[in-house]
Amino acid sequence: MKIEKAKAQTPQKPLAVFLDEITRSPMMVNILAIITGLFLGGVIAALTTENVYAALKSSLGESLKLALQAAWNTYKALFLGAFGDPQRIVSALQSGDLNAINRALSPFAESLVQATPYIFAGLAVALGFRVGLFNIGAEGQIFVGALAAVWAGVFIKGLPPIIHAPLALLIGGLGGAIWGLIPGWLKAKTGAHEVINTIMMNYIAFRLSEYLLTGVLRDPAKTTPISAPIERSAWIPRLFPDPNRFHAGFFIALFMALLVYILLFKTTWGFELRTVGANPSAARYAGMNIVRSMVITMALSGGLAGLAGANEVLGVNRNLGVAFSSGYGFDSIALALLGNSHPLGVVLASLLFGFLRNGAIQMQLTAGIPIDIISIIQAMILAFIAAPAIIRTIYRLKPPKEPEIRLQTSSAGGSS
Amino acid sequence: MAPILELRGITKQFPGVLANDHIDLTLNQGEVLALLGENGAGKTTLMNILYGLYKPDEGEIFVRGKKIDIHSPSDAIAQGIGMVHQHFMLVPVFTVTDNVMLGDEYVRGGGFLDRRRAAARIREISRQYNLQVDPDAYIKDLPVGLQQRVEIIKLLFREAEILILDEPTAVLTPQEVDELFGIMKSLVEHGKSIIFITHKLREVMDFSDRITVIRAGKVVGTTTPQEADQNKLAAMMVGRQIELQIEKKPAEPGEVVLQVRNLKVLDSRNLIAVNDVSFDVRAGEILGIAGVQGNGQTELVRAVTGLLHPISGEIRFLGKKVTHATPKEFFELGAAHIPEDRQKDGLVLTYPVKDNLVLNTYYHPPFARGVMLHQPSIYTNAEELVRKFDIRTPSVMTMLSSLSGGNQQKVIVAREFSRPIKLLVASQPTRGLDVGSIEYIHHRLVEKRDEGCAVLLVSTELDEIMELSDRIAVMYRGRIIVTVDAKEVTKEQIGLYMAGVVPA
Amino acid sequence: MTTQTMTKSATGYISPTRERVMGVLFLIIAAAIWVFFIRNTTPGVETTFGMTPGGSQVQTPDWVFETYTALNILLFLSIALAVYQLVRGFKRYTNIVLGVISGFFIFAFLAWGASGLSLNLSGLLRVMVIRSVPLTLGAFSGILCERSGVFNIAIEGMMLTAAFCAALFGSLVNIWFGLLTAMISGLVLGGVLAVLAIKYKVNQIIAGTVINIFATGLTSFLSAKFLQKYQYLNNPGRFPTWDVPGLSQIPFIGPIFFSHNLFVYAMYILLIVLTVALFYTRWGLRLRSVGEHPKAADTLGIQVNRTRYMAVLLGGTMAGFAGAYFILGSVGRFDEVLTAGRGFIALAAMIFGNWNPFGAFGAGLLFGFADSLAGKLTILRVPIHNKFLEMAPYIVTMIVLAGIIGRGQPPAAGGQPYEKE
Repeated sequence: MKIEKAKAQTPQKPLAVFLDEITRSPMMVNILAIITGLFLGGVIAALTTENVYAALKSSLGESLKLALQAAWNTYKALFLGAFGDPQRIVSALQSGDLNAINRALSPFAESLVQATPYIFAGLAVALGFRVGLFNIGAEGQIFVGALAAVWAGVFIKGLPPIIHAPLALLIGGLGGAIWGLIPGWLKAKTGAHEVINTIMMNYIAFRLSEYLLTGVLRDPAKTTPISAPIERSAWIPRLFPDPNRFHAGFFIALFMALLVYILLFKTTWGFELRTVGANPSAARYAGMNIVRSMVITMALSGGLAGLAGANEVLGVNRNLGVAFSSGYGFDSIALALLGNSHPLGVVLASLLFGFLRNGAIQMQLTAGIPIDIISIIQAMILAFIAAPAIIRTIYRLKPPKEPEIRLQTSSAGGSS
Repeated sequence: MAPILELRGITKQFPGVLANDHIDLTLNQGEVLALLGENGAGKTTLMNILYGLYKPDEGEIFVRGKKIDIHSPSDAIAQGIGMVHQHFMLVPVFTVTDNVMLGDEYVRGGGFLDRRRAAARIREISRQYNLQVDPDAYIKDLPVGLQQRVEIIKLLFREAEILILDEPTAVLTPQEVDELFGIMKSLVEHGKSIIFITHKLREVMDFSDRITVIRAGKVVGTTTPQEADQNKLAAMMVGRQIELQIEKKPAEPGEVVLQVRNLKVLDSRNLIAVNDVSFDVRAGEILGIAGVQGNGQTELVRAVTGLLHPISGEIRFLGKKVTHATPKEFFELGAAHIPEDRQKDGLVLTYPVKDNLVLNTYYHPPFARGVMLHQPSIYTNAEELVRKFDIRTPSVMTMLSSLSGGNQQKVIVAREFSRPIKLLVASQPTRGLDVGSIEYIHHRLVEKRDEGCAVLLVSTELDEIMELSDRIAVMYRGRIIVTVDAKEVTKEQIGLYMAGVVPA
Repeated sequence: MTTQTMTKSATGYISPTRERVMGVLFLIIAAAIWVFFIRNTTPGVETTFGMTPGGSQVQTPDWVFETYTALNILLFLSIALAVYQLVRGFKRYTNIVLGVISGFFIFAFLAWGASGLSLNLSGLLRVMVIRSVPLTLGAFSGILCERSGVFNIAIEGMMLTAAFCAALFGSLVNIWFGLLTAMISGLVLGGVLAVLAIKYKVNQIIAGTVINIFATGLTSFLSAKFLQKYQYLNNPGRFPTWDVPGLSQIPFIGPIFFSHNLFVYAMYILLIVLTVALFYTRWGLRLRSVGEHPKAADTLGIQVNRTRYMAVLLGGTMAGFAGAYFILGSVGRFDEVLTAGRGFIALAAMIFGNWNPFGAFGAGLLFGFADSLAGKLTILRVPIHNKFLEMAPYIVTMIVLAGIIGRGQPPAAGGQPYEKE
């Protein structure tokens, strides 16, 4: 009888069922987290606008209007910066002038350029998460990847582009892989926590880059610590004329996402890696090699992060300065979580962050809002995703049917 | 005179389980009340309610005839109720003194610890009840038996009148068990009242004044050792006369499958856990390893499955030396392992049933083609095994975490038995399972033996060992002290061996 | 029934390998003194160590000695210690001896580097003390949080935010108010960490990362928006140097340790207070029990989560105090990301110091020394780049974590949210 009663209570309308499913799904939390983060970013932009306070003296309404206007201006500038001016795009398309179309679309392309390192770094962190490892050292691995790539780009000479660019990219990835492998090996062999070790490796990488950029890698022609430009043959080709910086690295990143997807979910190696992440102890009992899995994962993770750095150097900057640090490494933790540690999710999250970042650069130029506001927004999105209960409370969402699997990084370290 | 403690109608519902169903229970001043029941009968839940760790859905608690409310352990402590948990609640890196006074500290000068006074009090308690505990020792350096005494001192330090001991003998050697009962006797002589939770019949018969039996969350009855006997208690506990003998043909031992010689293994603290152990397991026989928990069985199993490498000695599998082989190499040679802690070591709870069924064969055809997984085969395999081994699951895509304990164990059995195996190492294969599942697993083990598989059965349940084994080896302090034919030995004899009494 | 219960611990198995490894390590250090320093030193040349920091009133004569002889004495002592270790072993004092030998090596390095030159040793050590302040205070913040079982990798973000508040509010009102707001900002961020980690049970590393990203973004944003435009908002002034009467007059020692500003003395006081509070009071016992075995604490009536909230809030406040140092005790103005990773070195100091205030102070001094020496390397004309010296804190932390020279003992329940069943 109980069962019948329960059946009667279940809404029969498909729409209601659909809505019920939607509000319970973790996807909804992610989307609302993004919206909430963006909204709060607008609030901060409004709160830090001086004339809002000036107007407060005369009337509250005027002040509110100005606040809304400030938030509106911020996001308008952000949107235009990220996607380009729709009017300009339309008129350029109508004119049929290829040069004008290229210019009009270049903000959009630039967003993809900004998203590219995010994809690499986000994949790096996501891969680690899947295997129960917390690679918080993507930042350092990006640096080492960039250093290795710039070395290959500057000092290897006389190769055809078809060999030189992939080789430089590969060397960059290798540099990052070594940087990831060390904490992975230490974790597997001694149980030393990879979070602390990757943080330490970050700062060793920063000091190393300062050393190299004031030493062997420094451009002798310059007084500032910056590397010489890389050989033309090492460039990752740009696909459109200036100012459009869109380059082939974006497709390499997408390809990597596909590879990571296949590795994790379609191969026996991926099965082993995911099992080690889900329950290291059971993995060991099932004959899997925990040490090898951890070391390989951290090396692959570092390699992906290294590719992010190499990609920036070979595709965008074409040289390397001390101020290369970009925060990609820390943002990538947000990306991996936002994308549920799934390669497709990471790509989507990276596109979002790419648009945000590029939009913010334009916003800083046109609306005078410092670019750092996107760090604030990203931090808030990360907080909301990590604590879904906050979002569920704010929007009165129903609890999920299955308990949300909390990120669990393993404390296991084998000795044999 | 009102009983010192009375529970009336205690009810506690967990998602999917009615753990306690209107339980009534009384405890008189100065008596030892045994709370007897199978694993999962609801004993520990009831005591956690009494100790304020869980909130009951219904029911009342009376102490000395007065109704009281218990919302937290502090309330329980204030009412003179103390509990020794099954897993000790001690901080390993603290001293005995710090552990004992934690939460009820002796202070002076408004918050500075008065360790000297607390230590003096501990020495006094220790003397009074003959506990022999050094207040300045660190917990991590103490053997299990002494740690338990520290737990008891914690209660006495708080002047608890009602002491709850949750499965206190599970981790003790027989000698330590005797010492514990000596202590309990001395506590009762000093006017304390004790609730003693267990599922071991012998202990109940020997050491309690009254016995309350619970089954599936309900009180089945209350009796005394004088009125009851072991068979009657067992029947009350499981709800029917348990069939103590399984039908099995005489063993037909064949060639030696697993040969262990002079094995020495260290535990995680680098202490010698397995000391100079030698034995053979032949095809078509079950060798049972009996022993009280913590006498090296865990390490022995880990060594003969490749999980832990011995420091000396030799292991041979069908004549091949495998002393330092990996778990994978053992699998490849035809060994199977049912681990002691199935949820931690045997399964991935966040994986669906189908993936758990290929956890150690996923890289073999037909589940893999080259390095690529072949999902259709994995799926078909799962459907087939679910049917063949009667695994109760909505689908093969169901997460393992939503299966019952018995069905989870069936997943492991299905996985291991679906391969052609020559050796089966089963460690505590029925721990925590319901009677139906236990019978099922037992039949499967015997069936495997009859198929010509060598079976190494490790269990701390003496009944299980007696029922299934063809030969029995008894482990005591890391050594196998005796190996006997199961037909020529009584349960009492094995019990003596487990206590370290070596036959002359 | 007088027999003591015995278990298998009777057959203890102690590996002599570590003793031998350490002995060999001592020998290697001794050999390094010979290979790197003695072979490259000409007998007769003198090393001059300045014993009075620049600007100090307390004059101490310079220390001049013959480099070659001094190095040989150090070599002899190191070999003697190594031999004793190999033959008899220092047992539980091994790590202390390792510290002593490392000290010999560093001294030998300085003596050799300054051979034929003059190095202001007291200046070097004075700067060491100054540089150790944010590291030690930051490590104290970490100790408070982690001893209660909550990882705090947000020390960096907390210090950065506090530094910003110290600059802004210090300029608007006065330095004391700046200090107060800095501590409050640390408290608030500690609250954020506590709510995320304890209430919402967010992975504590992620919670810390959230705070770090947020703090970097917010301070850079506000600094770009306001501080750079209105310079008067970024000029709070600094706490003055104050000589401790008597102690500051001790030759050599006085100027190094007792002629500083508020923050250095606060560090000394907090060192004592924290040690006593953690290990000798009811408060500390409960705090540590919650970080080691929360369930045990719970069964004894200790409120696990409330204790953790308190510890993390205090830890945040401590990080806020450390952050104020950058502005009010050091440079006197805010720049974007001026903490430059010192929050993470503080984390390293906490680990190196084995979650112990005195250990953290020692580690802070050591890392401060590396920092201080890195600034003087160019004077010494030694073929080591200062960037490698700046890497030293990170590398030694990794070595410690790997357990090569004895593993530390982190709180057992660190990083795990406590859930009542």
